[in-house]
Amino acid sequence: MNTAASLWSAVVVSGVYHGVNPGMGWPLAVSAALMARKTGDLYKALAALAAGHLLAMAAILFPFSALMVLVQWQREIQTGAALLVIALGVYLLINRRHPRFLARVPPSRLALWSFLAAMAHGAGLMLVPIYLGICGTLETDSGHAAAYDLMWNNATTALAVALAHTGAMILAGGAVAVGVYYWLGLTFLQKSWFNLDVIWALSLILVGLIALITAH
Amino acid sequence: MNLRPDPTFYPTPQMAMQAPVETLAFTLMLSPDGSQPDGLAVVDVDPKSDTYGQIVHSLFMPNKGDEFHHFGWNACSSALSPLTGHAFLERRYLIIPGIRSSRIYVIDVKEPLKAKIHKIIEPEELMAKTGYSRPHTIHCGPEGIYVSTLGGGGADGTDGPPGIFIMDCETFEILGRYEMDRGEQDKHYDFWWNLPRDYMVSSEWGLPPQFENGIVPEDLLSKKYGHKIHFWNLRQRKNVQTIDLGANHQMALEIRPAHDPAKDYGFVGVVVDTTNLQGAIFTWWQKDDGTFEAKKTITIDPQPADADDLPELLKGFGAVPPLVTDIDLSLDDRFLYVACWGQGEMHQYDVSDPMNPKLAGKVEIGGIVKKTPHPNGKDFGYGPQMVEISRDGKRVYWTNSLYSTWDDQFYPGDRGAAMVCADVGENGGLTLNENFWVEFPDGYRSHQIRLEGGDCSTDSFCYPSV
Repeated sequence: MNTAASLWSAVVVSGVYHGVNPGMGWPLAVSAALMARKTGDLYKALAALAAGHLLAMAAILFPFSALMVLVQWQREIQTGAALLVIALGVYLLINRRHPRFLARVPPSRLALWSFLAAMAHGAGLMLVPIYLGICGTLETDSGHAAAYDLMWNNATTALAVALAHTGAMILAGGAVAVGVYYWLGLTFLQKSWFNLDVIWALSLILVGLIALITAH
Repeated sequence: MNLRPDPTFYPTPQMAMQAPVETLAFTLMLSPDGSQPDGLAVVDVDPKSDTYGQIVHSLFMPNKGDEFHHFGWNACSSALSPLTGHAFLERRYLIIPGIRSSRIYVIDVKEPLKAKIHKIIEPEELMAKTGYSRPHTIHCGPEGIYVSTLGGGGADGTDGPPGIFIMDCETFEILGRYEMDRGEQDKHYDFWWNLPRDYMVSSEWGLPPQFENGIVPEDLLSKKYGHKIHFWNLRQRKNVQTIDLGANHQMALEIRPAHDPAKDYGFVGVVVDTTNLQGAIFTWWQKDDGTFEAKKTITIDPQPADADDLPELLKGFGAVPPLVTDIDLSLDDRFLYVACWGQGEMHQYDVSDPMNPKLAGKVEIGGIVKKTPHPNGKDFGYGPQMVEISRDGKRVYWTNSLYSTWDDQFYPGDRGAAMVCADVGENGGLTLNENFWVEFPDGYRSHQIRLEGGDCSTDSFCYPSV
């Protein structure tokens, strides 16, 4: 598998990882459908969760896509992003408290909750080193490309990364939610929920480290 | 922190009902005159055990005069909503407030037979951080542990209104007041909520001078005790509607929402109607437009009595009021238990139709006039008071003390602590279990009961039963 393909699969795999984690919201879709006694509410809730997640990815990736116009600083930007991801991982490893402001978001505002949850846990930031890597593979032969083209390429790539990641996230989370709603029942929630706090923090650090190594 | 959700957290009330049955109960012991330290009794409720019905461990506090009353867990099934962000808490600590001292104990019961004090929050800290005193009801919710209080600041607790404060669910630090807009709420007692629907309901007893030294008959007759229930936007922390049950409905106490969050109704008990001495239950519900309504759905009549059989307080009435002082709802939302502390009766109502409850069972024990003994022949002092139902709904436990100074007015003299258990029939009906009788140490009275792994007045569920 070439570099680009493996980076794209990392985008998708991280999406699946976010999606199946109950902490990122699929149980709320099950709850919404059971509360309203309407199956439609399951999909409405999933759409809200996806919208919030997508927005969180975009909010993090687009500023970096703009930065990448500074081609000559590419390595420094990659290093900086990698260090940022590692720093967040270390912070989450030390500070294991969950942000309390998330508990103030009403259950009716799932998109907002999903956006804030993804931001607070650095779900978007984790994608940055992967995204920058993908941009790197694009630009191997575009050294002379006009700044406009470069920016356009970076922006569309950012959008594609955010969409692919969120798509994978909501398909995976949605599949679990539908499975639980129709067949598995809520015992699955008790059985399948693992405390991933440490693994999550470690995976941030790992992604950052890999990016550091490959950038140099 | 656990690696998996605590096995005693349940997504739905139905799943909690199917869980293993309780083998231990925790019961609060209070020293009515403050001569001994208050304590926590661990009671064996496993019928197969040799020590069934006995206190198998007691933990006494290092202070006197706390007056233990209500208490609750540090974490419950509410943690299973991703919205709270703390799914991996352990149900491990009991939060026990002293209603008289305003001191709060956090007791580690991970090993129930070695229960130990984990943390003590002194009254000065509570006062400094919240301006509230006389902490009472405990519930675990979205932002941590919520505690209602009955008093405001100052020595007699009337400097500012009482309210709810929030504690961190991991460190047990007091974070501060809950309310951002309390509306006309100026008294407090109980509260509970519907988490997915995002509303809270709170009730009113009276201010500390109205209860600490006993019931104040003039205040009761001039209808100065609480008679309103308040509805709150839970996460906005805002009082959105107040319903006045009518000033004659004095002391609106326990709030019991349906456990299944898909249901949008609940109950509240009223101690006494001053026009006719009845006890009452109101059903409250949320309407389609989001506002609330309440309607009286149960009344319990006073029973005529000879003045000679009545305490000073009631002699003039020639009747004994039911005094509805606690109610509790089974996890299937089917049976509502109503303690008639004055008459010595425990009623069981079928509330499958919440607007039309039907009396399904009744037990007589204790009582001001009847003084019915337990089927084992022993005297049951006072009347049925704090009631707790097993998760499966098959056993109902209760104790007999209301509140030290009120006990003495309605039941003069010391009548001893008690804790009994009744079995529930397949389709209702209530029978006292002859073999379950707890002996408490001398000089103590008993108040609220909590069951190992959760019960019918602690856990808030985030998912509807299917």
